[in-house]
Amino acid sequence: MEKQNIITVKNLSAGYSSRQSQTIVFENANFSIAKGEFVGVLGPNGAGKTTLFKVLLGILKPVSGEVTVLGEKCQSSSCDTNCKIGYVPQRHTFSLDSMIEALEIVRLGINGRKMGFSLPATARREKEEALEMLKIVGAQDLAHRPLSALSGGELQRIFLAQALVGNPDILFLDEPLASLDIRRENEFVKLIKKTASARNITVLLIAHNINPLLPVLSKVIYVANHRVLVGNANEVFTSAFLTKLYNSPVEVLRDSYGRIAIIGAQEGGHDHNHG
Amino acid sequence: MFSFNIFSDLNTMFRYDFMLHAFEAGTIVAVIAGMIGYFIVLRRSSFAAHALSHVGFTGAAGAVLIGINPIFGLFLFTMGGGLFIGILGRKAESRDVQIGTVLAFMLGLGVLFISLYKGYATEAYSLLFGEILGISSSNVLITLIAGIIVAVVLACFYRPLLFVSLDEDVAEAKGLSAFWMGILFMVLIAAATSIAVQVVGVLLIFSLMVTPAAIAERLASKPSQGIFISVLVAVLATWLGLFISFYLPCPVSFFITAIVFLIYILVRLVPYVRNFSFQK
Repeated sequence: MEKQNIITVKNLSAGYSSRQSQTIVFENANFSIAKGEFVGVLGPNGAGKTTLFKVLLGILKPVSGEVTVLGEKCQSSSCDTNCKIGYVPQRHTFSLDSMIEALEIVRLGINGRKMGFSLPATARREKEEALEMLKIVGAQDLAHRPLSALSGGELQRIFLAQALVGNPDILFLDEPLASLDIRRENEFVKLIKKTASARNITVLLIAHNINPLLPVLSKVIYVANHRVLVGNANEVFTSAFLTKLYNSPVEVLRDSYGRIAIIGAQEGGHDHNHG
Repeated sequence: MFSFNIFSDLNTMFRYDFMLHAFEAGTIVAVIAGMIGYFIVLRRSSFAAHALSHVGFTGAAGAVLIGINPIFGLFLFTMGGGLFIGILGRKAESRDVQIGTVLAFMLGLGVLFISLYKGYATEAYSLLFGEILGISSSNVLITLIAGIIVAVVLACFYRPLLFVSLDEDVAEAKGLSAFWMGILFMVLIAAATSIAVQVVGVLLIFSLMVTPAAIAERLASKPSQGIFISVLVAVLATWLGLFISFYLPCPVSFFITAIVFLIYILVRLVPYVRNFSFQK
């Protein structure tokens, strides 16, 4: 049976405009993502991966095209589907010197949109729910620690718990592996995969390194050179595919474990970068 | 002088209406400034809040020049400035150089207004440094009504404002509008500033709006706890400042600013003292 599409993007162009000019980051993107898929979003710095997320999240209005998320056309941040979305951004605006404890950050994922104050019974339930989620991501011991006392890896678990706590249908994770070492990268990817599979959550994860994601990926979105291309990892990570995308020679190497290295070669010349 | 009998001292003090009004208005202002201040510190917008109060001074000076109540000029200018910063967005709140440039010009304009005024600009002067001992009972009532409005709006939007202040991108992804929250917040600061200047004045508003909140931020592990500590410090400093100034010939504003500053220094020193004693 064919899986239900949870995200559909048609002829999407996105960018930023000021009074003087308009910058198109990428154009004519077309893809769909089915429920439960684990999608890696890759590409060079500044290619538009975060811009794509912002459009899908309804934070940034598309220049043209159509975006449907969870069955609703998403054009602005008033989109009703937002409470079914969990998001971990690349950077957080709060001060990392903050003495606020981790549990409070997770609780905002449950009640941050609500007006007024919670009744004592509701507040207790919210706290239990947040603690339960911290337990699921293996961070129950961090619940009462201030944010300033947490390492990069510990913070990522807290943010993941905040994103998961409202029982989302889709998780958007923007470079969650950036501050982790190789061992923790693999552990964190396994944790995301396990939690998402158990709850049938669709995951879109921006990363620079494809390798920790290879065992869990169902699809790759590759953003580069103002284009967005989609396929499975074996289709996307080939020299022919990336050379066509970049419009410049690119070589994809694989080691005996199946790990991938992407090497750019100078246009018109032979690539001497690999041994 | 102090009799060192607290009840007798308080009894003496409260026999005067002006002291009673000062305590009433001071308490209301301290509660509001403590509440709003916590969000100012969380959003790292203290310079924007500071600039708003100075813009308010120019408004007050302009009002004195054209012969109307300076509080109207103050309110109009802080509200206008607040809306302007709010419309420019969250990033504008932390644009120190641009805010500083506008702030300097507005202060210059305020000085010009005062110099053009032919009479004694005592009202504008009192807005600069505060004149808590000159508050009438009708002023207390206006302060109370304004304070209740600010507190109710803040209580209604407590969590969305907290979410946007702490983690704007995630809050936006969850469907909250950072733009409208920013405007609401700036309007609340403008309203709180307009009522707080009566106590500490435009130049010293940091002492009630930012320092207690900065103290709270270093002590509180929960936002609700932070707001409580911020309000508590602001209220205690105001009460103690009023009490001391009744017996000593120095301005109330000085005592309030000195008390919150001392507490801030103590709080900042605590980790060093703790580390030192552990090392020993």
